[in-house]
Amino acid sequence: MENMKDIVLKYVIQEYCEDDSEEITYDTPLISGGIVDSFSMVSLKRFLEVKYKIQIPDDEATPEAFDNVNSIVALVEKFINK
Amino acid sequence: MAYSDRARQVYTDTLNGIKEAGLFKQERFIHSVQSADIEVEFPTGNPVKKVINMCANNYLGLSSHPDVVKAAHEGLETRGYGMSSVRFICGTQDIHKELEASLTEFLGTEDTILFPSCMDANAGVFEAILTKDDVMISDRLVHASIIDGIRLAPAMHDTYKHSDMEHLESKLQQYMDKRMRVVITDGVFSMDGDLAKLDVMADLCEKYDAMLFVDESHSSGFIGKTGRGTHEHCGVMGRVDIITTTFGKALGGASGGCVSGRREIVEMCRQKARPYLFSNTIAPVVVSGVLKVLETLSKSTERRDKLEMNTAFWRKGLLDAGFVLKEGDSPIVPVMLFNAKLAQDVSKDLFEEGIYAVGFFFPVVPNGQARIRTQISAGHDMHHLEKALAAFIKVGKKYNILGKTKNEIIEMYGN
Repeated sequence: MENMKDIVLKYVIQEYCEDDSEEITYDTPLISGGIVDSFSMVSLKRFLEVKYKIQIPDDEATPEAFDNVNSIVALVEKFINK
Repeated sequence: MAYSDRARQVYTDTLNGIKEAGLFKQERFIHSVQSADIEVEFPTGNPVKKVINMCANNYLGLSSHPDVVKAAHEGLETRGYGMSSVRFICGTQDIHKELEASLTEFLGTEDTILFPSCMDANAGVFEAILTKDDVMISDRLVHASIIDGIRLAPAMHDTYKHSDMEHLESKLQQYMDKRMRVVITDGVFSMDGDLAKLDVMADLCEKYDAMLFVDESHSSGFIGKTGRGTHEHCGVMGRVDIITTTFGKALGGASGGCVSGRREIVEMCRQKARPYLFSNTIAPVVVSGVLKVLETLSKSTERRDKLEMNTAFWRKGLLDAGFVLKEGDSPIVPVMLFNAKLAQDVSKDLFEEGIYAVGFFFPVVPNGQARIRTQISAGHDMHHLEKALAAFIKVGKKYNILGKTKNEIIEMYGN
């Protein structure tokens, strides 16, 4: 089964990358690196909430928490385990 | 007094941070009227220099047109300088209603409401017409004022990849559970100069029962056969539910804007839009000027035709010289340089050559997409464009970027 990191990475590439040549890894800075603008982060939040049946409060959905795949997965796991 | 040393230090540090990041914006003082030829003091304190303006939103060259100035004078004489009121208390004159009717006719809509600016129109409209049961789906490159308006609205919000109609359709499908859907786009995108695919968008909106919102600020007056805007160009006049536009660009360039569209939506704005309710009415002098602009444009397409020819000449000239351009049909012609410092250096050298064109870089445009945004005007004559082209070629040669691809330029200068 695909692990969560790969699922999130795949979504980020499909949803945000305009150019196939962009290389995105688990550590690539998404928001501070200008790949995802903070305004478009909402679709990622919604994807995670629907996919993992969780609710991420707005004050936890910060640009820092969404800045790379590793931190996104850590955030999701925090709410899955609650 | 509570402006402590600490407060002063906080702001000084922040401003220094902006300077160190190379993002500090400085005004350049113009000592003449707005036109193709302007007199600029830059840097501040330097002697005034005559330059050709290649970066104004003065697309139709009407900002200082004698007929518009005369009409504004007459408005000043007959309706006074100010109204000292918002619209609904005692700030509505006959000419405000006349302008709303003229705009409705010009844009081919049902009704129109004036706002102090298009920034205000965009800031006010979504909050006035949407609730938490609705969703706004916007293109990722919409103008900053739309983003502010979206942030103020209680409805949910999502985005789609720039001009990607498949992505938009998938978003519409995702939100069929919402009470209402609004698809939001610029008609002409201000940084890239490309046009929204309004024909496809109107079809999608019909298919998924969504309203279509278009900001026509960079198209009203000159895009489309008779200059009505992107909706005319795409053959969807009457199928756009909400149009916002500005009078601060092609339509005289002074100030003011409007929401134009479905009757009930305009009325909702009149009842609920905060920038309309709590900000002053547009000055009579401006209203009179815009009325003259619309009258002029309705009589003849001469100016937009000249703009189209000028744009074609400029685009071809730059491409033949070997510059990398963003593709598009509008008079916004971005010369791509990719590197922020290169964009600033080229802009500086162009100024030395008598050409005023500004460099844009992150965060105004995406990282690695630095450029000189040139904007063509019907106020440009052939000698302006020829001189500007010669200057671009001279500076392009200096930096060895002519005939180079995107990757080659990035290899030389970074991105």
